Amino acid sequence: MELANIEKLVQKYLNAETSLQEEASLKDYFTAGNVAPHLQEYESMFNYFATAKKDTFTKNIQLSQRKPTKKNFKWLSIAASFMLLLSVYVGKNEYERYQAKKQFMQVTKGLKLLSYNLKKGEQALATLYTYENTVKKILK
Amino acid sequence: MKQSEFLNIVLPFKDKVFRLAKRLLVSTEEAEDATQELFFKLWRNKNKIKDYKNIEAFAMTMTKNYCYDRLKSKQASNLTLVHSNYKEKETSLDKQVEYRDSVNQVHELIEKLPEQQKIIIQLRDVEQYDFDEICKMVQMKPTAVRVALSRARKTIREQLIKKHNYGIS
Repeated sequence: MELANIEKLVQKYLNAETSLQEEASLKDYFTAGNVAPHLQEYESMFNYFATAKKDTFTKNIQLSQRKPTKKNFKWLSIAASFMLLLSVYVGKNEYERYQAKKQFMQVTKGLKLLSYNLKKGEQALATLYTYENTVKKILK
Repeated sequence: MKQSEFLNIVLPFKDKVFRLAKRLLVSTEEAEDATQELFFKLWRNKNKIKDYKNIEAFAMTMTKNYCYDRLKSKQASNLTLVHSNYKEKETSLDKQVEYRDSVNQVHELIEKLPEQQKIIIQLRDVEQYDFDEICKMVQMKPTAVRVALSRARKTIREQLIKKHNYGIS
């Protein structure tokens, strides 16, 4: 394309008035090499735009990979809260049983002490009885 | 809708989504994550896809909004200033040497533009969308799009000339 024409297009380009076709012809001119010295800056611009378009997304798009992990977390939290409730319940039961056992032991201990002391008293009484009996025998 | 059907609709513009994301988020890894996330979102809303007239434009709008969110979030603010590992492909060696500097300069200059101009220049000059589509994607009026585009182009050009002249003197 003639230089005059290109210069006109470049002016339009700067004012963002060019159509896509006009921009394509500008691109053809500036990426082909052979650029007039006073338009050099456009050469790097259009070359950059051309190379920028070659950048591609190389990874595979994964659509289903993230869903199950999210789901798992949901179920995991439900399971965790359930386990927590269960353990609290079991723990409470266990604690009550332990407490009851402790009380029972205390009561039995107390009763044992009582019975031991009562027996002691009984023995003392028994000796007292024998003493009284003998006194009666003698007095008869 | 089956997965293969969905991919057939969606795959043609995956690179465009990726490039837009990369333009906004700068780092390749971030852009890859964003693309992946975006297509995952689209897949989740696959039942609604048929209602949209232009899925590609819709996807680009989503990309734009998603990237904005990423840029706003704190998580991204730690990552945005990552280097831009720009790669040139398929140009002959001497040309590569000749162009690398100036072409890289353009990349840096675009990076310095305001976000909106970045998006518009990406959509127009790299992806060659027509103005109607761009208006839909960025949800702006045609005149506003033209003004922003014109400003972006002029800024890049002026900066290039400036750098070029500095190089000589």
